[in-house]
Amino acid sequence: MEIQLEYYLVISLVMMACGVYGFLSRRNTLAMLISIELMLNAADINFAAFNRYLFSNYEGHFFAIFGIAIAAAETAVAIAIMINIYRNLKSIQTKDLEEMKH
Amino acid sequence: MEYTLFIMLLPVLMFLFLGLAGHKLRPAVAGILGCCSLGIVAILSYYAAWQYFSMPRVNGIYQPVTVFNFEWLHFTDKLHIDLGILLDPISVMMLVVISTVSLMVHIYSMGYMHGEKGFQRYYAFLSLFTFSMLGLVVATNIFQMYLFWELVGVSSYLLIGFYYSKPSAIAASKKAFIVTRFADLGFLIGILVFGYFVGSFNFETVGAGTGFGGAALLGDAARVMVPLALGLMFIGGAGKSAMFPLHIWLPDAMEGPTPVSALIHAATMVVAGVYLVARMFPLFIDYAPEVLHLIAYVGVFTAFFAAAIACVQTDIKRVLAFSTISQIAFMMVAVGVCTAATAHEGLGYMASMFHLFTHAMFKACLFLGAGAIIHAVHSNEMSHMGGLRKYMPITHITFLICCLSIAGIPPFSGFFSKDEILTACLEFSPVVYWIMSIIAGMTAFYMFRLYYGIFWGKEARHEHTPHEAPANMTVPLIVLAAITCVAGFIPFGHFVSSNGETYDIHLNTTVATISTCIAVVAILLATFMYRKAEQPVADMLGKKLRGLHTAAYHRFYIDEIYQFITHRIIFRCISTPIAWFDRHVVDGFFNFLAWSSQEGSWSIRNLQSGRVQQYAYAFFIGVIALVLILLFVVI
Amino acid sequence: MDITLQSIVFVLVALAMILCSVLTVTTKSLLRSATYLLFVLLGTALLYFLLDYTFLGAAQIIVYAGGIVVLFVFAILLTRSDKSLNAKLKVSKILSSAVAAVAGLVVFGFCILSHSFAGQIAPSGKELDMKEVGIALMGDGKFQYLLPFEAVSILLLACLIGGILIARKR
Repeated sequence: MEIQLEYYLVISLVMMACGVYGFLSRRNTLAMLISIELMLNAADINFAAFNRYLFSNYEGHFFAIFGIAIAAAETAVAIAIMINIYRNLKSIQTKDLEEMKH
Repeated sequence: MEYTLFIMLLPVLMFLFLGLAGHKLRPAVAGILGCCSLGIVAILSYYAAWQYFSMPRVNGIYQPVTVFNFEWLHFTDKLHIDLGILLDPISVMMLVVISTVSLMVHIYSMGYMHGEKGFQRYYAFLSLFTFSMLGLVVATNIFQMYLFWELVGVSSYLLIGFYYSKPSAIAASKKAFIVTRFADLGFLIGILVFGYFVGSFNFETVGAGTGFGGAALLGDAARVMVPLALGLMFIGGAGKSAMFPLHIWLPDAMEGPTPVSALIHAATMVVAGVYLVARMFPLFIDYAPEVLHLIAYVGVFTAFFAAAIACVQTDIKRVLAFSTISQIAFMMVAVGVCTAATAHEGLGYMASMFHLFTHAMFKACLFLGAGAIIHAVHSNEMSHMGGLRKYMPITHITFLICCLSIAGIPPFSGFFSKDEILTACLEFSPVVYWIMSIIAGMTAFYMFRLYYGIFWGKEARHEHTPHEAPANMTVPLIVLAAITCVAGFIPFGHFVSSNGETYDIHLNTTVATISTCIAVVAILLATFMYRKAEQPVADMLGKKLRGLHTAAYHRFYIDEIYQFITHRIIFRCISTPIAWFDRHVVDGFFNFLAWSSQEGSWSIRNLQSGRVQQYAYAFFIGVIALVLILLFVVI
Repeated sequence: MDITLQSIVFVLVALAMILCSVLTVTTKSLLRSATYLLFVLLGTALLYFLLDYTFLGAAQIIVYAGGIVVLFVFAILLTRSDKSLNAKLKVSKILSSAVAAVAGLVVFGFCILSHSFAGQIAPSGKELDMKEVGIALMGDGKFQYLLPFEAVSILLLACLIGGILIARKR
């Protein structure tokens, strides 16, 4: 059985859908962050798979690398913010984070 | 003659001072200050008159002097509004009249208003009025005249409503203000039409001393429009001078303090309409003689109408008010019957000014006398008086002199001026002459009815014995009565005439005899009917002509007609729908805008919930929708 | 149709990843959720290995599995939010999210499967040379990425400082 591009795409699609579901339904901001990681990973897989199957250079590969770096940076800052919020509000539930709304 | 500026400045400064700082002064101090400033104004006015009339004549005419004239509003080179002081025979004559009567009223008020609340305010308003009236008469152009015209309207409003805690006074002041404002609309439109077609507002020096320099060169359109403009201006004058049917405010204006009635509503402000017509006389006579005659007919009717009402009123101030309307109508008739500006055909102009002068003096005296009586018996009603001649001898004598004067008995001043008016009428038309003679007889009749009702007749019961007024009230009475006695011998035609040339007053013997006879007969009739305590003839007549008597007593229901027209027709049929339209359609539209945006905001505010997940949800659905569109619709 | 070792591994990894992805977002415990995420990330690394991108796979393991998940675990423990996670989720919210996710799945799945990707190159099994990766990252020619590399390094520095600044105690 030859492994085809579509198989990778299906995996990343399912990951993406799970990420969307998690992002929309979870109430804990950390859980939402985890869902974002899922979606980012799905995107990275797509980059790598498309690059491998359809092109002979390595552009997608490097995009995936930079994507990982940016995801790491984003997560680090986001978690720092979460901790700060928790320190101030004793909660990181989305429904409690409404101070900036008004 | 730059000192004439002080004639204007002193009252306005006194108004500002008393108005702003008056409440800190003792009332007597405020009164004395007001009297002093007016005294200086009067002296300056007399000096100005003396100086003006002793200037040499040029071509037999007193030249108008423009003492000050500065440009206030500049529209075009021809059309600009100035403020200034113009001295010519009629304005100088008016200066003398106003300052004299005003001074008398100031002195008189010291006694009459003694102890009243708001004494200082009263003097401030009097000063404001004097200033406005002086500004009106010395105006160099129609627009300045209009400004001061409105100022006298305001000060009249303030003084009528002086007893502002009295509802009737408030209603009267509002009525006076609204009616005169309504008439002034005509004046304003007239001024604008005039300014458009003539291109100038200034009373420039032409021939007789007043006139419009460019008027002789008018085009065809202006020849049609200028009479219209003059007619509109007369509407303004009719409002101020209480000509029928705009007279309704004057009787009610008697709600004000009596000295105010004497000053404003008898001697000065109400003759502003006559003064206006006299001011515009050269134009009237050259371009709109038919308007002038219309004025005469309005005047004849008003004179008769007011005299008829005056015959049955019982409130003494009301009688005097209707008498004033009637007498002003005499002046209007006089100026209206002129047919040319030459000395002889322009006799009415001189007669009108002469009557204005004499009437101001004796009517002010009558009002002040009535004030003294009211002061003594605390009532306006004739039935509360009677037999006062024993208690108030000075008031009695002065009142009698003025009654004789207004009735036209020689040698009092009213005889001379009224005689000139009748002569002018005779030259115009015998019909007008006979009507006016009869009205003159009615004047004599109702004045003596008033006189007998107050001083003779049945003696009413008084709570305390009436006493003569204090000296500061009787002195003005004596002064004015003295003027009334001698004013008739002033060679008035030497000073004021229609074309400025000297005109010698010579009595028309026939006219003088007839009018004197009519006056004497009317006085005898009044004596016969009202002198005794019992008045069988008067009562009988009142019963026989019940309908007429009631109608006249109710002033021929003119007020009711106005009430009907304004309340029933204008308010109900025009104002109410407009108000409805404004409240429901105009306001409703904006309320709807406000309501819909508010409702819209409330309904969409949940879109901006601040919840990231909600936004992400919308975003994601949007992406799916876009993809679907791209997949199935676009391709 | 021959079943190679590669394809067996692929199928197993794929199934595990799908399962773990679903569990990541459905489990009640945050800590468990992070653990499943770790498995997904490791699976992703395996997929990169299968695609012959060994450097990428290694980076994935080091950064994600070694760095980010550890950060997550620390954050979860620091905020002790297990308790609050137990609060019942609204059914309507779950349903609407699921509908959106499934709709996305269907639509994009339809896109992928209905499209035939022509000219596919099968993975040759020759892994990407580390030297080539290094030259591509450090060069400034065509298909070389010095500028993004430097930009990312600055970004990482910035977020390092930012993270410290935000999270430090005052």
